[in-house]
Amino acid sequence: PAAGFNFDNAARNAAFEGLFEGGQTPKPLKTGTTIAGVVFKDGVVLGADTRATSSEVVADKMCAKIHYISPNIYCCGAGTAADTEKTTDLLSSNLTVFSLNSGRNPRVVMAVNILQDMLYRYHGQIGANLILGGVDCTGNHLYTVGPYGSVNKVPYLAMGSGDLAALGILEDRFKHDLELEKAKELVRDAIHAGIMSDLGSGNNIDICVITKQGVDYIRPFQESEYKETRKPKYKYRPGTTPVLTKKIVPLKLEVVEETQQRMDTA
Amino acid sequence: MNTRGLRSQLKDSVPVAGLCPQGSYGIQDSLRSGFTSVKNELLPSHPLELSEKNFVLNQDKMNFSTLRNIQGLHAPLKLQMEYRAARQIQRLPFLQSSNLALDTLRGSDDTIGFEDILGDPAQSEMMGEPHMMVEYKLGLL
Repeated sequence: PAAGFNFDNAARNAAFEGLFEGGQTPKPLKTGTTIAGVVFKDGVVLGADTRATSSEVVADKMCAKIHYISPNIYCCGAGTAADTEKTTDLLSSNLTVFSLNSGRNPRVVMAVNILQDMLYRYHGQIGANLILGGVDCTGNHLYTVGPYGSVNKVPYLAMGSGDLAALGILEDRFKHDLELEKAKELVRDAIHAGIMSDLGSGNNIDICVITKQGVDYIRPFQESEYKETRKPKYKYRPGTTPVLTKKIVPLKLEVVEETQQRMDTA
Repeated sequence: MNTRGLRSQLKDSVPVAGLCPQGSYGIQDSLRSGFTSVKNELLPSHPLELSEKNFVLNQDKMNFSTLRNIQGLHAPLKLQMEYRAARQIQRLPFLQSSNLALDTLRGSDDTIGFEDILGDPAQSEMMGEPHMMVEYKLGLL
């Protein structure tokens, strides 16, 4: 049996689609997202919403879409959730091996090239739209990689189902060499526009600021007002139930046999 | 249908239809492979199936032909000799080999791809019958 992807069930799945009248095959978890990135004076700001949808149901309200690639490179992922997770994991492992081998911090172009080769090999079957942002010795970079392997290098970017709304805000207010606070606000507003105008995006906003000094991963940067107060555990405080009667029956035990076994700590 | 385009998709070894179905006892396994049809056996069911099966081979071919164009015929010949030698280093017939020498020659010993994570042959549920395979290899069978 060959390693890698297994296509044994492809014929069976194709036959199944005809048999059941639609909606029976489980849909993959898409992120239906708004992700955005902006290059500012000292680095890169990446932002993302936190909703993951599975057709019409919100599957995850606190999904983490900003993935770690290397200490100086982070990646936002839109598209099929599992694909973005696994691809960014693989990319991160490869870059770590490289930096251990060569003793250098990886550059953003290297990450982009590895991703491009990997995604082109699968001809778009891996549904991962990624925004890579990072700071390396050559400067601050922001790239986007499409599922078919297309690469674009731009100073500001939005991807996902809410990208048109976010791009509107970015196109209007982007300037080169913004300050940190202005850049964070810009990304926050762009993601907010995506959340308001797109069904597939929502809940909280995560922001990740990458500079030469380090990374600031603010999760969540802004929480949505529609937070719920459901708790995961229901613990009742002692005394909630009134005690009516109490009866204590002591159990008499006699020691029959007592053995001592020493632990062998050799 | 564009037949020329289809031909590029043909599986490289075409089994004769109906003579050797994939199920156990030689009967078509309808649950796993669906109903018998000539199209199923000739064409791959997934667009990536062929390209993934031959990916390493195609990559090697491409590299060797580039090398031949740049450095002349001797370079790929010498390398192919080394590849053949590395390919012969295997464990017992029913055990999966790690192919470390081959990986090092190809330069893929420090990269991780989907073939290292998914479908690891060391974890596959089926294994050839060890005694039979060793006897066959030694010619005792």
